[in-house]
Amino acid sequence: MRDVADIWSYLAEGPLLWLTLTLVAYSLAETIAQAAGRHPLANTVLISVILLGLMLWATATPYATYFEGAQFVHFLLGPATVSLAIPLYAQGARLRRAVLPVLAGVGVGSLVAVTSALAIARALGVDMPTLAALAPKSTTAPVAIGIAQSLGGSPTLAAVLVILTGITGALIATPLLNAMGLRDWRARGLAVGTAAHGIGTARAFQVHPTAGAFAGIGMGLNAILTALLAPAVLHLFQ
Amino acid sequence: MIRALALILLCQLAGETVARGLSLPVPGPVLGMVLLLGLMTAFETLAQQVKPVGEGILAHLSLLFVPAGVGVVGHLGTLGPQALGLGVAILVSTALAIAAGALAFTLVARWTGGVGEDA
Repeated sequence: MRDVADIWSYLAEGPLLWLTLTLVAYSLAETIAQAAGRHPLANTVLISVILLGLMLWATATPYATYFEGAQFVHFLLGPATVSLAIPLYAQGARLRRAVLPVLAGVGVGSLVAVTSALAIARALGVDMPTLAALAPKSTTAPVAIGIAQSLGGSPTLAAVLVILTGITGALIATPLLNAMGLRDWRARGLAVGTAAHGIGTARAFQVHPTAGAFAGIGMGLNAILTALLAPAVLHLFQ
Repeated sequence: MIRALALILLCQLAGETVARGLSLPVPGPVLGMVLLLGLMTAFETLAQQVKPVGEGILAHLSLLFVPAGVGVVGHLGTLGPQALGLGVAILVSTALAIAAGALAFTLVARWTGGVGEDA
């Protein structure tokens, strides 16, 4: 029989190990979320990230090694974004009846997201290059990285802030909207997709198909709007 | 199934090409989504073919964010002394944006055409 360390170093080289562990961690997170009665704080993304983060730390595995396996999952983000056309198509009639409310919801949500984040961060002493990375935090990661770079912010920091925003939105949306007494799934989904991009949209799909479809619309429109808004708003804080 | 997957990837490919070619601020997959929506509206049978595969991918949308999320863990240290300010800004502004966006939708929906849909 071979040494365990030998087998480990062989497996740690290829993509199989970390791809498998990503799926296992997510399945475990699903089980935990179900056991917690789908409580909003038992978020599947957050639980999986904590589990895998602990595993990487315990085995001293660099992220690049992990990503070699996880890239197959990560790649599907693109096709998934394209597939958002399917719920949009299914909801076409409801969407056409709600064009004005959709535009109002995305417009207000997008403006509040950028302006309030910059105002609060500046009041708490965050410097200008960091504000540039923070401004697009509510948009989907590839857009946020592009916007942050054009404003002079760090792309890595922008990606980190995007993910943190998404997880925050997915965690707080349900209790917040319940407390406000808003029960229209269209309004709820749209607002979450606008403020918390794909991670918020994923959460919305877990709650209700209509919320998911409208979250996808919010995410798509906000990506375009933030590209136009963020430079102007950031300019006000200079 | 392979046909549907090929169509989804073709839409993404076309979206990436246009976004890069015209240096648009919109990501390629978002343009691909618009393209697929147009194709499904034009060809009813296409919609039926793509539906099961696309819904299969979307059913596990949360899983797809896990690799990027794990990447964040290693970078939390880089937030440095500004971590508190950034954390508060993200928490409060995300809550404000969700509340304001949902309220704006609801109010305009009331003004422009009857009652909100609860379903």
